[in-house]
Amino acid sequence: MRCSCHKAEFSSMLQKSARPFGFSRRLFIGITATLAAVRALKGSHVNAQDLRSDTPEASTDPAALTDHSARAGVFLRINGSAVSLSLDPRTTLLDALREHAGLTGSKKGCDHGQCGACTVHLAGRPVLSCLTLAVMAAGKEITSIEGLAGAADGRLHSLQQAFIDHDAFQCGYCTPGQIMSGVACLQAGKAGTEAEIREYMSGNLCRCAAYPNIVAAIQDAKSKMERT
Amino acid sequence: MRPFSYQRLLHPRDVAALQHVSSRDAYIAGGTTLLDLMKLDVMRPERVIDLDALSQNPDFGGIEVADSGLYLGALVRMADAADHEHIRGNYPVISQALNLAASQQIRNMASLGGNVLQRTRCPYFRDTSWHACNKRTPGSGCAAIGGFNRMHAVLGTSDNCIATYPGDFAQALVALDADVFIIGPHGSRTIKFAQLHTQPADEPEIETTLGPGELIGAFRIPAGPWTRRSAYVKVRDRESYEFAMASAAVALHLDGDVVNEARIALGGVATVPWRAREAETRLAGKQLDEAVALDAAAAAFADARPYEHNGFKVQLGKATLVRSLLQVKVMEI
Repeated sequence: MRCSCHKAEFSSMLQKSARPFGFSRRLFIGITATLAAVRALKGSHVNAQDLRSDTPEASTDPAALTDHSARAGVFLRINGSAVSLSLDPRTTLLDALREHAGLTGSKKGCDHGQCGACTVHLAGRPVLSCLTLAVMAAGKEITSIEGLAGAADGRLHSLQQAFIDHDAFQCGYCTPGQIMSGVACLQAGKAGTEAEIREYMSGNLCRCAAYPNIVAAIQDAKSKMERT
Repeated sequence: MRPFSYQRLLHPRDVAALQHVSSRDAYIAGGTTLLDLMKLDVMRPERVIDLDALSQNPDFGGIEVADSGLYLGALVRMADAADHEHIRGNYPVISQALNLAASQQIRNMASLGGNVLQRTRCPYFRDTSWHACNKRTPGSGCAAIGGFNRMHAVLGTSDNCIATYPGDFAQALVALDADVFIIGPHGSRTIKFAQLHTQPADEPEIETTLGPGELIGAFRIPAGPWTRRSAYVKVRDRESYEFAMASAAVALHLDGDVVNEARIALGGVATVPWRAREAETRLAGKQLDEAVALDAAAAAFADARPYEHNGFKVQLGKATLVRSLLQVKVMEI
């Protein structure tokens, strides 16, 4: 097959070009060489279909579809469970969670990545689900606010309890996002000082201005988590 | 959001297919700019090509350090480059520019390549209820000139557009004379970062020298005696999660108090990542003190052209540069 020989050619070129001058120029040289090979193929076989990989491994990826303009199956791993949804490619991860998976804990505030109410963890890091296409989250671990409490006993995460103890919310609309960012702040070891916490949490707005209590809740959860 | 077809570029060998990519298509990596502007109906791609899988490839997703410099794949996430131990210690201007940008969530999502290509925050560009925007609709005029232009540029403007380049990382790259590696359907090429962005002039809708289908593969930052003594100072309306009103990326090679070589770029005040070469020239060979720094800052803004609401940016930009120079001078390295 054209593609398998092409692949072999590419990797051998990458190997040959690695670290030629004591500094990696893999991409700077490797792709140049690749393109020479690619140019030889141009015109006969290359078409838009090549935008997806046609290796057997990759073609099993349900999202690797060309012309995914209509609804298509998207497999998401949400809070440890596999969920299969039929989605328009425009669907954001936030809408997939709220409207399709029935998980309404993540909130839609601005829908433009400015408020942080939609924060979830994607592959272990806080991201804005309103600016993430659901199809791009396929295959990655997604944790929403619903996934924080203990699955078996429903016991709240230390930070959820600390938010209650410190009155860290009034209306509560931003709270799921605040807690998802706060948990990540603790996990990343970025809760050393109040300034560090405020910087890490600056993407989560609270119109009730519960900021001092949010900071206190994170500091409290930190000391409790360190003790256990 | 308008309908689009979604495709993935899974392997670098598939770059051949980029020859079918046109200006009606858009690449997506982090999505933090593109999806925002698609929801606003400012960007209307018919096809969105997802590059995320390439971040698994070290050429696109890797960071590599060597004595000769730094290699940053274009799909490295902002947070990963910002928190990289070697970059923090040896290229502080890069680490600081990245960490002072956006929010933690956005830094976790946004790629370095996408970051330098982020679009302006000009409210008249972002709001389609304003008819006049030469960037959005060529030939329609500029609502910011004569409108509310407090956040707009004073350097590199034209009578057709005064939109500010919004990024931070790009200032570090232009100051450090980075190379950009570009791949595309008709081959690959390397350019200086300073050649990537174009001033608005008569065609504000053209923002970069990237051709149809071309995408940024990586950045290479050459090491120099100035890279460790460097910093990014950003002044803004809020302490965090806000775009720069004025910023300065400064790197100095000092011999005692005397400037051997200075590298300076300005943000928040210009239409493109702005290398302040006049200021660099003023500093060369001088003993750096406040008077010399003020002189360099005056040179940097000599051609500034303020508009109705942004005249303060000239003074603010100068003060930001002076502060950065004096701060970098006394850095312990």
